[in-house]
Amino acid sequence: MRLSKAWIIAAKDLRIFRRNKNVLRSVILFPLIVSIGLPLVVHFAGHQHGGIPASRLPTVLNAFSFFFIIGAAYLPTFIASYSLVGEKVEKSLEPLLATPITDSELLLGKSLAAFLPPIVAIYIGAAVFMALINQLTHQTLGYSYFPNWTMGVILLLVAPLSAILSVETSVIISARASDARAAQLLGGLIVLPFGAIYVASEIGSVSLNANNLFIISAVILLVDLILFFISTKTFQREEILTKWT
Amino acid sequence: MIDAQNLTKKFDGGTAVEGLTFHIDEGEVFGLLGPNGAGKTTVRMLCCLISKTGGEARIADYEVGNTADSLKIRKMIGLVPDNVGLYNELSAYENLDFYGKLYECPEKLRKENIEHFLKMLGLWEKKYVPAGTLSKGMKQKLAIARALIHQPKVLFMDEPTANLDPEASKTVRDFILELKKEKRTIFLNTHNLDEAQRTCDRIGILKTRLLNIGTPEQLKESLRGVKTEIQLAEVNDAIVSAVRKVTTHNVEVSDNKLIIDVGNITDNPAIIEAIVSSGGRIQLVTELSPTLEDVYLKTVK
Repeated sequence: MRLSKAWIIAAKDLRIFRRNKNVLRSVILFPLIVSIGLPLVVHFAGHQHGGIPASRLPTVLNAFSFFFIIGAAYLPTFIASYSLVGEKVEKSLEPLLATPITDSELLLGKSLAAFLPPIVAIYIGAAVFMALINQLTHQTLGYSYFPNWTMGVILLLVAPLSAILSVETSVIISARASDARAAQLLGGLIVLPFGAIYVASEIGSVSLNANNLFIISAVILLVDLILFFISTKTFQREEILTKWT
Repeated sequence: MIDAQNLTKKFDGGTAVEGLTFHIDEGEVFGLLGPNGAGKTTVRMLCCLISKTGGEARIADYEVGNTADSLKIRKMIGLVPDNVGLYNELSAYENLDFYGKLYECPEKLRKENIEHFLKMLGLWEKKYVPAGTLSKGMKQKLAIARALIHQPKVLFMDEPTANLDPEASKTVRDFILELKKEKRTIFLNTHNLDEAQRTCDRIGILKTRLLNIGTPEQLKESLRGVKTEIQLAEVNDAIVSAVRKVTTHNVEVSDNKLIIDVGNITDNPAIIEAIVSSGGRIQLVTELSPTLEDVYLKTVK
């Protein structure tokens, strides 16, 4: 597999996404809301009673940090669905598959294009979120809460693995879906397990500390590997050409 | 350049192509005429996009269906599919640049080729315009330029003038003739008989199996002298029945003309004699030249 070929495909897709306002808006909106909205919640919650108490803040902030995992799992579905089903809808797969590229180069290129913008958006959003939270909570806590191990594990491990999970799921769904919207809706279901973990943390069943996040990462990695195997089996060029187009 | 021996493709629903055997020389423009998707399936098999079920095919020294050769074949061919499949958000230039990179064209050559083909096809002024905003004809021309960006030895074209207006069709046909002058091997799958006749050196008529193959002249030659048209001052029942007595073939009456399917031109004197003896006044006797359409319809019947 030649990475240069995969990158050519990814660069082309990234250029298209930059010009597609719907996709661009979808990728920017979520991190923007989370990075600014959640600090506002922290600022205004219990405002009349002196704000969230210092003892409660770490739990709240860890739970809020989990939104970046949900975002990393959700955002790639917009691009991956558009990227793969878009080729199908625009009938551009046949000339593309007639070029000297392998299936794995094509899949990697598509995956990179679906992975990079959301993860960059998540990182930028997380940086803004951490800066605002530090600004708002420094006085209460007496120290800067971020960066910390939990956020480190989230941003460097769980979020990328979740994004990969999302991309792989979208690849598999796109092989069956007839339009980008349907693929995106189905792909969006990937956030459900993450939502369940978040709810579990809110009701105190799971603590979102660094150790538990490592365990979650290991599970996601395992699922990633299984899905990678399934996605490469699903992506058969003959089936794509004779059944997709 | 292209060789096929008993090439066969079967799908779950049935057989698309069976026992296809032909040879296409380097620099030849070969047209495949067919009533169903057999031509498209053949193009896809030869372009290593779908697998063959049976038989063998080679392009230059490479074997179609051999995994190791597939990338080499795809590198030396260009494909113009029936759907242009351009990236609408990208400009004409960016579309070509993307494919040039995939075909590993060095940057300098890539830029030269893009400029050459965009100018040749009258698209240079539109190079920064998003492909989605171009007219159908322009998109088709851009798809042809895309297939040629790496200067392939073999060009596959699948219905290149389908859905184009007459003017755009002519531009594309003229361009195919230009490519013919450059001695490129062109494999044209078309339903357009006129296009095939104007552009192809040889034509194959395919209906799951290859039913006929030859130059347009050879194909028409196979029907030469079959029809004789006799224009009379007036046609009446006596003349028609007199003609029917001397020929067992079909006799059509159209205005004051008799169009007779004659097995051989040696039948003509007897027919003319019968007309004259029954009082017919012959004004003109013409041998009707068969068209490629006649050949096609007779072959696929």
